[in-house]
Amino acid sequence: MTDQTAGRIVDPGGRSGRADSSEGMSYLDSLPRRLVTLYLPLGIICFVLLFPFYWMALTAIKPDEQLLDLKTYNPLWTWDPTFKHFYKLIFETQYPRWLWNTMFVAMAATTLSIISSVFAAYAIVRLKYKGAQYIGGLIFLAYLVPPSILFIPLSTVVFQYGLFDTPFALILTYPTILIPFSTWLLMGYFKTIPFELEECALIDGASRWQILTKIILPLAIPGLISAFIFCFTLCWNEFIYALTFLSSTQHKTVPVAIVNEFVDGDIYRWGSLMAGALAGSLPLVILYAFFVEHYVSAMTGAVKE
Amino acid sequence: MADIAMRAGAKAPPREPTAWDRLKVNRNWLGFWFMVPAMAFLILFLAYPLVLGVWLSFTDARIGRTGNFVGLENYEWLAEDSNFWLVVFNTVFYTTVASVAKFAIGLYLALLLNERMPFKAMIRALVLIPFIVPTVLSAIAFWWIYDSNFSIVSWGLREMGLIEGNINFLGDVWNARWSVIFANVWRGIPFIAITLLAGLQTVSPSLYEAATIDGASSWQRFRYITYPLLTPIIAVVMTFSVLFTFTDFQLIWVLTRGGPVNATHLMATLSYQRAILGGNLGEGAAISTAMIPFLLAAIMISWFGLQRRTWQQG
Repeated sequence: MTDQTAGRIVDPGGRSGRADSSEGMSYLDSLPRRLVTLYLPLGIICFVLLFPFYWMALTAIKPDEQLLDLKTYNPLWTWDPTFKHFYKLIFETQYPRWLWNTMFVAMAATTLSIISSVFAAYAIVRLKYKGAQYIGGLIFLAYLVPPSILFIPLSTVVFQYGLFDTPFALILTYPTILIPFSTWLLMGYFKTIPFELEECALIDGASRWQILTKIILPLAIPGLISAFIFCFTLCWNEFIYALTFLSSTQHKTVPVAIVNEFVDGDIYRWGSLMAGALAGSLPLVILYAFFVEHYVSAMTGAVKE
Repeated sequence: MADIAMRAGAKAPPREPTAWDRLKVNRNWLGFWFMVPAMAFLILFLAYPLVLGVWLSFTDARIGRTGNFVGLENYEWLAEDSNFWLVVFNTVFYTTVASVAKFAIGLYLALLLNERMPFKAMIRALVLIPFIVPTVLSAIAFWWIYDSNFSIVSWGLREMGLIEGNINFLGDVWNARWSVIFANVWRGIPFIAITLLAGLQTVSPSLYEAATIDGASSWQRFRYITYPLLTPIIAVVMTFSVLFTFTDFQLIWVLTRGGPVNATHLMATLSYQRAILGGNLGEGAAISTAMIPFLLAAIMISWFGLQRRTWQQG
């Protein structure tokens, strides 16, 4: 039991299973056969999955005249990259401001959600108060309520509370998407921490608060990182609330601003549009590159429960 | 030394625990306070709006004006509105086709990624990128790929000599439907593939070895080992997938805004258009509320349909 738990804590992906310890039967397949049944389909799927990003990046650095002339220039490559579109983005639009808004809202909403989720998850898993199971189930149900059916009533609520067109409209509503997910994920993590540790601390006279901050949280750091990154990404990704609750240009987040402010009749808009999309995705992709394992464990962790 | 300590302890008789002391270690009392922040958010901004939404659908509320109770009038309006039924058809079609395609390709990709190969971790990381990048931003890339004059897909097919003119991806009714479905499938595959892969990795290879020795073909190995063991994860993943496909908004809003002639309008985009752009909060809320039974049905089908197999075996 303890060994398994330790393995789970060290390896958040939960991939310490038996699958990797054995070669399986793959040695039975010859190379040509693997080429056709494995590498070829995998290559095609990866190509389709990644091509839009290549296309996005290429469009962002192509000069305008090459964008619309598919005959003279090879559209799949360019020899004269330009940063004109990025320049326009930074100095002629409010893009830096939108990027800052997005980051601020995502950070604030994520922090609020993680703090509330830590308390909730700890209470459900360890305090086991009366009805904790039912509350856990209800929180899972809250996960299943999509923002698309909430935004109309929420917009009236936001208006009543006087939050309309302020960042707080998003900071206070995003946790409804994030708390169910992160509570569920952290419950899984807290369950893997041996209860004996807590009993020892209780006997030594620690309060619940000390147990939480000195024992549980340090041990659950991988889980906290997973939850944090995943929530941050979800916030960055959110569109419908940001579209509905914000109206003035300077408060917008990147996804909404790109859709509303860049889309005009200009036939040469594609370059700056793609530059905007690329610049809006890069922070997340960089974050992801550093925490791939945490990311995967967050995604699979919430499903596995 | 220990003797002294004990005597000192005996001198001061332990004081009776007060009600406050007992309350401080009471699980229910502590649990209540630990739950307060999360519950406050969920009740104020989730449960209350959910109820309010149902109430709004029975009123004639408009933006800036609280409505009066009008009973089922909004729903009667919708029932006679042929556009609404077209949108219901679109939504069901979109959800069914996209979910089935996502599941099939996602499972296939998961099976491929479960094989041993070099650079496996890197390939897995790359596959997940469409899921990381915000949907709106990748939808914009698709918008450019689907451009009616400068589409790279049309260009490629033309260069290969497969088509004569450009494909009008988003301008034609059925082309537009298939295009948005493709973009949705593209976006959804990584999530399904990676979560199913996590499930696949818990299946012991010795089961496959034993089956192979008993003469099972690769299809039989999949059908009688992989699939039954994966069912619980498939049920959860598909429930989520169906749910979020059914309520999709971002992709449609960026690519077509519901056009051409409402061919790609989904219930979520229609409710946004009527409630926020048109100002008819009551009618929009009625469309949102009308989604709830569909959603419950979809959840039931994915959940119980896939769970039944395990009940039968159990």
